[in-house]
Amino acid sequence: MFDLYGFGHLLFEGTLVTIELSLAALVCGLVLGLAGAAMKLSGLWPLRLLAGIYTAVIRGVPELVVILFIYYGGVILLNKFAHSLGYVGYINVNAFTAGVTALSLTFGAYATEVFRGAIAAVPANQIEAARAIGMRPRTIFRRILLPQVWRFALPGLGNIFLIIIKETALVSVIGLDELMRKADLAVGYTKKPFTFFLFAACIYLSMTAVAMLFQRGLERRANRGVAGRPMA
Amino acid sequence: MIREILTAAALALVCAQGAQAENIRIATEGAYPPFNLVDSSGKLKGFDVDIAKALCAEMKAHCTIVAQAWDGIIPGLKAGKYDAIIASMSITPARKKAVDFTAPYYVAGAALVGPAKSDITFTPAGLKGKTIGVQRATTYAALLKEKFPGAKIKLYDTVDNQNLDLKAGRLDGVVAQQVVMYEWLKKDGGKAFAFKGKPFLDPKYIGDGAGIAVNKGNTKLRDQFDAALKTIMANGTYAKINASYFPFSIAPK
Amino acid sequence: MNISVMIGALPDLLGGVALTTELVALALLVGFVIALSTALARLSGVAVLRWLATAYVFTFRGTPLLVQIFLIYYGLSQFAFVRDSVAWVVLKQPFWCTLMALALNTGAYTAEVFRGGILSVPHNQIEAARAIGMSPVTAFRRIIWPLAIRQALPAYGNEMILMVKASSLASTVTLMDITGVAQTLAADTYMPIEIFTAAALVYLCLTYAMTQAIHFFERRLDVTRRRS
Repeated sequence: MFDLYGFGHLLFEGTLVTIELSLAALVCGLVLGLAGAAMKLSGLWPLRLLAGIYTAVIRGVPELVVILFIYYGGVILLNKFAHSLGYVGYINVNAFTAGVTALSLTFGAYATEVFRGAIAAVPANQIEAARAIGMRPRTIFRRILLPQVWRFALPGLGNIFLIIIKETALVSVIGLDELMRKADLAVGYTKKPFTFFLFAACIYLSMTAVAMLFQRGLERRANRGVAGRPMA
Repeated sequence: MIREILTAAALALVCAQGAQAENIRIATEGAYPPFNLVDSSGKLKGFDVDIAKALCAEMKAHCTIVAQAWDGIIPGLKAGKYDAIIASMSITPARKKAVDFTAPYYVAGAALVGPAKSDITFTPAGLKGKTIGVQRATTYAALLKEKFPGAKIKLYDTVDNQNLDLKAGRLDGVVAQQVVMYEWLKKDGGKAFAFKGKPFLDPKYIGDGAGIAVNKGNTKLRDQFDAALKTIMANGTYAKINASYFPFSIAPK
Repeated sequence: MNISVMIGALPDLLGGVALTTELVALALLVGFVIALSTALARLSGVAVLRWLATAYVFTFRGTPLLVQIFLIYYGLSQFAFVRDSVAWVVLKQPFWCTLMALALNTGAYTAEVFRGGILSVPHNQIEAARAIGMSPVTAFRRIIWPLAIRQALPAYGNEMILMVKASSLASTVTLMDITGVAQTLAADTYMPIEIFTAAALVYLCLTYAMTQAIHFFERRLDVTRRRS
């Protein structure tokens, strides 16, 4: 169907980088999202303020600008900070690190809201009941809160992950050799933009399709034993 | 998570230490054929890359060459992502404020290329009202802005994309480096496009040729490059590389 | 951080605001029409329409906007027959190509939002409307749509804000929107931190203003809170 002019394996390598990038952003973003939600629900106002600023900034600024800022500016800020702590060497921020950082920050900001909603959706009387029968806070978190939060949060998290897969393409702008940039290189060589961008589009489409199927499977698992439609 | 942070910190330390050894990191663009480009196996090659390798061999240094988007190539150097830029960068007064340059390793003028049939000329009057493509953050962009203010300038991230649009008919012409356009006309432009007017050579606008950029104050590395450059020009290595790309000499006089 | 560089960049960046606003407004307008037709097609009884609409939504929601812009801008110009056709008058301009990509993209997302809103309208309301003799068109215009849009407004508002952010990709096809101006300034001044921070602030103001406007409309449409 596609004549790739010998660039097939290059595009395959790019696809692998795109997958790595998405998964790394997923893991770091989940951690950031949980931390953000915990901060937003905490009793300390400085924490709430900090989390509020974080989500407001990320949700209001284009990802492309965040990526450009982290790649070009982040390295300068990071080294200034490290040197002020007395470090003499040089810390590099490569395109992959910058990309994962930017995408994780995005994922984290949106996940913060999803987790916050999911935690709030767990009925308070369940937690009271758990406490009444003498469960410790850690046990409550693990056995009452987490399974339900997971269930409520899954649809939202799945949507964010789909967004992140697509946003990995933006990291090509700072020269990370992911799928989009490889396609761009192939275009520079062969002058066949339609062929290569269409091919890239097909790969992205299959990736999001697989992610959607996976999400559906996870949701079905998380909803075992729950009557009717998922609530969140 | 803690383990991940520790691993990342350890990796950062390793990278930082690697930089302290006698290892020179060189950036090039990778989208400026035939001077620097990425081939279908993903490797960097081209005139700039060959010169970089010859210089490193001469300096007996271990070099790693990385591709970096043109827009950010000077910020990247200043931020310490690499030690030198060998990417057909023209030596201009504006850039000299930000980085230090070696002596030029080649010279080429600015040329206007347009559709063969068009009567566009490389003069302020000839470019008036014409849509001209040029690469962002280049001497050619600065030249257009200052010397040809009547032109409608469209800025591109790479010369490849600029030429795609020229071929697609979105532009009345492009202003770019003469040799790059010579190669494009030979390979891709065919008979439909041609050089228009005489190449522009005024060093006031296009600089004193392409040089190797290092960070301000890094005179040690600059002197090493300058010495190696002199040697490869004297011992015939440069001429050999030149001949493998172009039937004419681009060596600075 | 050099504050004077940031302030010096502001006039240029504000010049980019005009283009960004124009792109977003037009994309939302065209996207709205596409979205409403697609949502109705997805809910229609005609299988072909349903199938076409589903395929469109799946493709445009499943691929990156950057790929869509590049396909339309650089991709289509690969073919001589496109360059020789009448459509080239439009496709020649990066503005129209970007607008097309943005509108098709937001159309696909918004279609899902509208579909959800329409599905949320209680069935008995529709039955009641039909029972008192309203035609399907009148029932849609006077009963279904007002209820659906109220339900969909929060999600639609989010999509509008995402459009402001998405418009930054116009910079990748030579347009001088806020991001395009910022990239050029950053490359010219070698001061990326200052320039991109200034650009981020401009975007924040834009998205903040938009959020406020959406809240205003949400309150106005919320009849339960309206004082009378």
